[in-house]
Amino acid sequence: MTVDTKLPYDRSYIEQFSSLHNEPTWMTELRVNALEKAETLELPKPDKTKIGKWNFTKFKHVATGATISSLSELPTEIQDFFDADALPENLVIQRNQTVAFAKLSQELADKGVIFTDIFTALNKHEELVKRYYMKDAVSVDEHKLTALHAALMNGGVFVYVPKNVQIEKPLQAIFWQEDPEVALVNHVLVVAEENSSLTYVENYISNNADEDTVANIVTEVIAQDNAKISFGAVDNFAAGTTTYVNRRGVGYRDATIDWALGQMNDGNTVSENVTHLIGDGGVSNANAVTVGRGKQTQNFTAKIVQFGKNTDGQILQRGVMKESATSIFNAIGKIEHGASGANSEQTSRVLMLSEKARGDANPILLIEEDDVTAGHAASVGRVDPMQLYYFMSRGITQEEAERLVIHGFLDPVVRQLPIDAVKKQLKQVIERKVN
Amino acid sequence: MAGSVLEIKNLHVSIEDKEILKGVNLTVKGGEFHAIMGPNGTGKSTLASAIMGHPKYEITEGSITLDGEDVLEMEVDERARAGLFLAMQYPSEVSGVTTSDFLRSAINARREEGDEIQLMKFIKDLDKDLDFLEIDQSMATRYLNEGFSGGEKKRNEILQLMQIKPDIAILDEIDSGLDIDALKVVSKGINKMRGEDFGCLIITHYQRLLNYITPDFVHVMMQGRVVKSGGPELAQRLEAEGYDWIKEELGIEDETVGQNA
Repeated sequence: MTVDTKLPYDRSYIEQFSSLHNEPTWMTELRVNALEKAETLELPKPDKTKIGKWNFTKFKHVATGATISSLSELPTEIQDFFDADALPENLVIQRNQTVAFAKLSQELADKGVIFTDIFTALNKHEELVKRYYMKDAVSVDEHKLTALHAALMNGGVFVYVPKNVQIEKPLQAIFWQEDPEVALVNHVLVVAEENSSLTYVENYISNNADEDTVANIVTEVIAQDNAKISFGAVDNFAAGTTTYVNRRGVGYRDATIDWALGQMNDGNTVSENVTHLIGDGGVSNANAVTVGRGKQTQNFTAKIVQFGKNTDGQILQRGVMKESATSIFNAIGKIEHGASGANSEQTSRVLMLSEKARGDANPILLIEEDDVTAGHAASVGRVDPMQLYYFMSRGITQEEAERLVIHGFLDPVVRQLPIDAVKKQLKQVIERKVN
Repeated sequence: MAGSVLEIKNLHVSIEDKEILKGVNLTVKGGEFHAIMGPNGTGKSTLASAIMGHPKYEITEGSITLDGEDVLEMEVDERARAGLFLAMQYPSEVSGVTTSDFLRSAINARREEGDEIQLMKFIKDLDKDLDFLEIDQSMATRYLNEGFSGGEKKRNEILQLMQIKPDIAILDEIDSGLDIDALKVVSKGINKMRGEDFGCLIITHYQRLLNYITPDFVHVMMQGRVVKSGGPELAQRLEAEGYDWIKEELGIEDETVGQNA
């Protein structure tokens, strides 16, 4: 272990931080134990991407932000996340580490739905958080970054939907890193009890093109029997942020977890999106899309592990690489012994727009049961010259033709995003990254 | 304003160093419908692709002008904006781009920035043409040519023709693979374009399309050249007697490209 990876925060700092937030003792202990582990555990080893020299440990840990009384006080780039004519009824805006705005409809509150920031949840809903926090989905000791996350968690939200409650209107969280140097160590915990359903969408945004910082995000999504969770995200960290994002789902009997992830960071990124289908009849659709540009290096893993019988796992990844961007797309379908009748399908497609861009798609199927079906498709290619010719023969310039082809290439994933305003916003981010 | 003039002089075209066209001369003016006929492998589609600027074809000699402007100096999109249109024999499938988005981009490419076609007007015009071509409205929101049947692709090409309204259109085997009903509809669309501002070059190797679209001029291609030109009666004679009499008349044994007489 080199000196570079020495951690910037010690035990007393963490105890102080925890007490400042009035955290329960178990949480303080969890943090302190995690810190010890973070000192010895190794970084994760994403397939085919070397991250040993990436900065995951040097950052400023604390920054607050001003609260707002009306959404109109937000900068336009954040207002773009809403449809002005239909403002979200259920919304949390985290500005640095301050809850700048929070709203949950009375109807949902009356039904026992919880949608609040993680620190409030630790105080008000301690038992529920304790039951799920880094237990069934992500473990503290998986590697250095999960341990570091647990030690230094400084933001996030808790979503809880009680048994038999079906939520029609989406819940939306915006994590706005206004301070260009502060790290976001964000924890999102989504729990859907039996027979419940919800749609949750989150947006990450920062503007630190020059200042270096870190995002270390762990998201745990738990769908109990017959629950249905539709999870959407648009990640939009600026070039200065090095990101580790781990979104993990656990689905029990007949549960559905659908992911629609717009991974639009401009900095180096390691993204893991793993779903465990534990119970019989579980379903997961993991959709992800990215546009790489500049010199950024990214590694995306989409993985569905199927333990239950008759489960269905579908992975769809699409990426566009331009300039000198490099991305690895790992798609892993795993069917465990005993998961008879399971189906695992995956498609990864990468479109490269320049000679220096690099894209690599690794389709992996790991199957330990005979009575299953599975399939995979992967392709890495350039814009089809015959398509360009066709567009241009209609008077469309090459530039515009490429723009249309790129949007078209990403559309099968973009259209899965559960909120129209966010879909529109993702299209805008794509537009900005493509031009 | 009178129509445009497309003038092709002594056109020689090669693909991968093999000469396919060996001196084609042809003039198409606004108001005129020309048919180019000939057996397979005589260079008809090459002519169509060379006019539009297909990247695989190399012009080795001769000229193409549109209203006096050098077409060969233009990029493919510039040719289109100058007034040319090619209905393709095998149009590309474009996943993720709807027919409607594609058409709107094509129309706006001809308009100034800030003067884009109004969405409502575009939809109204599109609906009208869809109905005229007996195309289901859903095609507008389907991805361009993806999963289309052969007949749907051809109708879509004609839909584009009607929407874009070029000065000179080249239709490359627009009739191939169409059943009789589809052929009638496609012909109806092409006939609707008739007018003094619209010239058309119809490439086909079946006479049957010409039962529905009456050409003003008929040309026969063999061995990479136009070997015979005439009026509509020429097409009728070809229908009745085939191509052998022309080969006999000109002393051609093998009409395909690469076989010199």
